[in-house]
Amino acid sequence: MAVGPRVLEAAGLPGPGRLARLHEWWEQEHVFGYGLIMPALLLLVCLVAYPFGMAIYFSLSDYWVGSPGTFIGFENYRQILASETFRQAVWNSFVFTIIAVVLKTVLGIWLAMLLIRSMRFKRAIRGAVLLPWVIPTALSTLAWWWMFDSLYSVVNWTAIRLGILSAPGPNWLGQASYAMAAVIAVNVWRGLPFFAITVLAGLVSIPREFYEAAEVDGASPWARFCHVTLPLLKPVIAVVVLFSTIFTFADFNIVWVLTRGGPMNTTHLFATLAYQVGLNGGNLGQGAAISLFLFPMLAAVVFFQLRYIRQE
Amino acid sequence: MASAAGRNQRLRSGLYTYSGLAPFVFFALFPFYFMLVTSFKSNAELYNLKAIPFWIQSGLTGDHYSLLFFKTDFFVWMKNSLIISVVATGVSLLISILAGYSLARLRFAGVASFGTAVFITYLVPPTLLFLPLSQVVVWLGISDTIWSLIVTYPTFLVPFSTWLLMGYFRTIPKEVEECALVDGASRMQTLWRIVLPMAVPGIVCAALFGFTLTWNEFIYALTFVSQTASKTAVVGVTADLIRGDIYYWGSLMAGAVLASVPIAVVYVVFLDYYVSGLTAGAVKG
Repeated sequence: MAVGPRVLEAAGLPGPGRLARLHEWWEQEHVFGYGLIMPALLLLVCLVAYPFGMAIYFSLSDYWVGSPGTFIGFENYRQILASETFRQAVWNSFVFTIIAVVLKTVLGIWLAMLLIRSMRFKRAIRGAVLLPWVIPTALSTLAWWWMFDSLYSVVNWTAIRLGILSAPGPNWLGQASYAMAAVIAVNVWRGLPFFAITVLAGLVSIPREFYEAAEVDGASPWARFCHVTLPLLKPVIAVVVLFSTIFTFADFNIVWVLTRGGPMNTTHLFATLAYQVGLNGGNLGQGAAISLFLFPMLAAVVFFQLRYIRQE
Repeated sequence: MASAAGRNQRLRSGLYTYSGLAPFVFFALFPFYFMLVTSFKSNAELYNLKAIPFWIQSGLTGDHYSLLFFKTDFFVWMKNSLIISVVATGVSLLISILAGYSLARLRFAGVASFGTAVFITYLVPPTLLFLPLSQVVVWLGISDTIWSLIVTYPTFLVPFSTWLLMGYFRTIPKEVEECALVDGASRMQTLWRIVLPMAVPGIVCAALFGFTLTWNEFIYALTFVSQTASKTAVVGVTADLIRGDIYYWGSLMAGAVLASVPIAVVYVVFLDYYVSGLTAGAVKG
């Protein structure tokens, strides 16, 4: 029953000659190039581009979990735009993103300016500062949830003992503006390392001569910061801010763990509202429409990034 | 005199640095410290408003950990997370090495647009596509299994790793490859034997970030899996330890500590890779 080489030949399978030709074909630069990129391309088409198309179709249909819907045009969008909850979420998203990104930028530059100074335990300090960015956000947010507990909040406990707050202190996650402040605080806590470390890399690359020249000219430290450091950091800061804007805008973990969008929807963002409507509520059509509102922001950032990269 | 003034100045500058950094370091580390303290604190002390919350006064307890070990599927969640992270990262790395090399080195029609496409998908936040993907997973018949995550995680890992590796491949001198090709090596051999060994730091970096991103991933793991036995550590701890209105704060914190340990260990060992990877400007934040 053994299959010999002659059987293979008779069956028309490629002999050495064909193999060599196949090899030659494969060795061409463009064939090899397309070949290597094919698995990645296939993945991105099937699991990113196609689902994106599906999201658009869902948003134009009354698609519910378990029942394929029919095309209903822009009905979902009309209902969403008319809903008070959605308008609240739009407002929340902008407040959340703008305040968080501004805080992260300012504090990130400040922290980077400190980190670049000569010090002992440099590696350990940098490691400690970067830690919030590495540990799973959902888990570290659990610690924050406990720290903002309505009764046992360590934040309130400390503030009351220090005389900053009067007892019993705010119910952080149960009052609208406090809840927003808490969510922003955790986002800043987790995103700050990314800003600081990236800006630090930018700082390291500034040649010392610039500072020496400014010092010779008698520029004060503040003037040096404004006229040497900031302009040279601009490209780095632009990239970090654009990046962070997308991912702050699209945040889910922190809000979901801390407040689930509450109290009274005052901390809902696009992603958490889409989750609530699409999965908890089962209305996949409307959920998809809500999450697609992230797309214009994404498109704007991609546009700026690409323009910026072309300038490089 | 001059040296005394110099020393004084250095002392002042040091004081400025450390006192400036102290609040940041405290802010960064306190939640983790508090997590750890809470996980070992007895319930009696935990819910005593008169007790000082910062440390443990009335003895350590292991109760929260034993609840986690014997009353939940914690070890199953950890095993799931490990399998998903290793397999998804490994597969994505393989795909990304091929794609990254192709985009960085080879010339063919459309290579620039492929690069742009990878960059754009790299910027797509997972929260944009989780609803349609949850249906894709159902159609593939893998919803509620760890396969739903192994299959979908490459959607954010591949663009990220490809982008990171492209940068690394570009820093390798082209002459080395050309020599190998002239010597009769095939293109695949050149990539595998010549280029890859030189790109090891980049590959380690991509693997570390891949492992971290998958271990930490939340929304897909929360959406695609609902049965306890298929959950990841992060979702298991976050979602399964809250039953109704009863919060097991001690066990929640114990779970958060233990589920962070693998990442923390990898992080401490490879700290420099994390810093350099982050500064490659190629990471989601």
